[in-house]
Amino acid sequence: MATASNTHDTHGHGHHDHTPGFVARWFFSTNHKDIGVLYLIFAVISACVGVGLSLLMRMELQSPGLQFFADGQMWNVAVTAHGVVMVFFVIMPALIGGFGNYFVPIMIGAPDMAFPRLNNISFWLLVPALMLAVGSLFVGGAGTGWTLYPPLSNSTYQSGMGVDMALFALHLAGASSILGAANFITTIFNMRAPGMTLHKMPLFVWGMLVTAFLLLLSVPVLGGAITMLITDRNFGTAFFDPAGGGDPVLFQHLFWFFGHPEVYIMILPGFGIISHVLSTFSRKPIFGYLGMAYAMVAIGVVGFVVWAHHMFTSGISVDTRAYFMAATMVIAVPTGIKIFSWIATMWGGSISFKTPMLWAIGFVFLFTVGGVSGVKLANASVDVILHNTYYVVAHFHYVLSLGAVYSIFAGFYYWIGKMSGKQYPEFWGQVHFWMTFVGVNLTFFPMHFLGAQGMPRRYPDYPDAFAGWNMVASIGAYISVASFLVFLYVCYRTFTSKEQAAANPWGEGATTLEWQVSSPPPFHTFEELPRIR
Amino acid sequence: MPATDPNLARRNRRVGLIAATMVGGMLGLSFAAVPLYSVFCAVTGYGGTPQIGGVAPGAGERVVTVRFNANTHPGLPWNFQPGQNKMEVKVGQEALAFYTAASVGSTPSTGIATYNVTPEIVGPYFHKVQCFCFDQQTLQPGQKAEMPISFWVDPKIADDPSAREVRTITLSYTFFRTLEDAERAGALSKAGPHVGKQRDASLAPPAAR
Repeated sequence: MATASNTHDTHGHGHHDHTPGFVARWFFSTNHKDIGVLYLIFAVISACVGVGLSLLMRMELQSPGLQFFADGQMWNVAVTAHGVVMVFFVIMPALIGGFGNYFVPIMIGAPDMAFPRLNNISFWLLVPALMLAVGSLFVGGAGTGWTLYPPLSNSTYQSGMGVDMALFALHLAGASSILGAANFITTIFNMRAPGMTLHKMPLFVWGMLVTAFLLLLSVPVLGGAITMLITDRNFGTAFFDPAGGGDPVLFQHLFWFFGHPEVYIMILPGFGIISHVLSTFSRKPIFGYLGMAYAMVAIGVVGFVVWAHHMFTSGISVDTRAYFMAATMVIAVPTGIKIFSWIATMWGGSISFKTPMLWAIGFVFLFTVGGVSGVKLANASVDVILHNTYYVVAHFHYVLSLGAVYSIFAGFYYWIGKMSGKQYPEFWGQVHFWMTFVGVNLTFFPMHFLGAQGMPRRYPDYPDAFAGWNMVASIGAYISVASFLVFLYVCYRTFTSKEQAAANPWGEGATTLEWQVSSPPPFHTFEELPRIR
Repeated sequence: MPATDPNLARRNRRVGLIAATMVGGMLGLSFAAVPLYSVFCAVTGYGGTPQIGGVAPGAGERVVTVRFNANTHPGLPWNFQPGQNKMEVKVGQEALAFYTAASVGSTPSTGIATYNVTPEIVGPYFHKVQCFCFDQQTLQPGQKAEMPISFWVDPKIADDPSAREVRTITLSYTFFRTLEDAERAGALSKAGPHVGKQRDASLAPPAAR
């Protein structure tokens, strides 16, 4: 990196920051911290879209009958857009692009990412991707579910442009993720400060490293599958059309070979954040550091060989189901190691219940609930009954909406003082946490009951018997949306605060490198590489 | 590191290239999955895929009932029926059965059938020697045709603990209009008016919007 060493030479004496002008800084940025901030802003904007769609859906489901949606197709379009926006444009940009870009180089003592200009492309690919995904809503939309299964997604059943736009949005988002992943791997392998061995790396960096490998190996498969879908739709190929010798089940295999690692992609960076927060606010080092790191590696590896548990009702043989069921349950072991170590970290610690800690403890509690319903769903025989019911919806919202999102908020409150130099208002942070906690549990816990009673997913209407718990879930959703508004108010209060955040506001528990630089960090961090003991 | 390692750019390029190779490899594998998927089914009999060809070893003791099932995709204007509901065959003995297909369309139409056997576990033991389903079939308007299949059941089925209880095997076919013929007839749906031509709604499958 010739440029970096030049920078070092020219800036070595003066300690003032040379920041470029507004356009150069925010539109042509190659600085990992600025790109991280752009990703976080992007995630908040997408979250407004995703939350808005979920509000519409809960308004529709509040009572039986069709209130706001014209028909099932329109409903499916909203479901699909909610899923795609939340997965690809909220959780991934916030955790990987946002916190990952900002803190991985700082935590390993590197001056920047390995390929700064690639980093810029990664971010700016996401913007047209989001525009395509949201734009598809206005040209008929994609009523396919985020799983995009043919034949529902093929040209016979949805010939409109909306599906093609959604597919192309996924292509762009996928390219962005792959470039980002290559960048993270190179940065983490090559640019650690002297003394920062792999076994001394902070757990967030470990989580990002495993995530980057999962992205690198799984996203190209999604790319291949949706490319085949696009050519099936537009150019007369028959990869998934039996009339031309294809097989729609092949798409399910390809999709879930990507889709299952994808759910770990969304949670592993969160695992890292939670480890840091719990350790900081318990004033204890993390319990079983190596076990925690290799548990993430194990989850990543086993995550690649369990995909067909999403397809137990797709006509796969009994032996195949037995294998995928057993392999899936194996994942509960490393996950159990993590939950145990988090609890052991808190055990006997000097705990302070600051907002980030509340989110982290909430994460451990609710992620465990989602994990337990996951073990239940892993049973092929039980899954035949629960497949495509609200039980599944409850399960994956407990691990994602209450797991990944809680880790994003834990990271936000933990690091916002570091990133902005302004500390968040503690009172409103706690209000935000408790409102979200009540709201999301009220929304998603009743879905277990609805699913176990047989309410299917992906319908805008339901029999009267399901009305009670749906009303409860909708009230919970309104509380959750209100808590999102509280979050926006917290952002407003934080950025207009006059109070300067200290370099390390959390005390002796915060040991990673980002707490040794000022708040906000200088434009160029670690021009002199730190030496790790 | 910039200050300590002058080779950083080269090392970064190397790791970046390895990452790019992994991406290319996975992309290639996703496309290679298309032929591998059919090869896997053909070799293992997975999903009730019958074996093709082979010489029947001669009649054994055991008798199995073979039932016949026929489906037609709505896009193909054919009346496709089995000639017999079921027949009893001795394992190891080659047997002959017929389906009939009659075209009710006003133009010539070409179809091709997909096929499997259930229970899926008998796929490796069910051999098709000759079948109308190996080739495309064309019917003139109003034409009726007999379509033969000859097959045998491997006596080794008695040695497989998970398949030896099977006494009834169902042979299933689904006829689809070939893509070329559908294209010719204007019945092929393509994604949207933005790329495809407006299609004749009367020829499209009824499920199409």
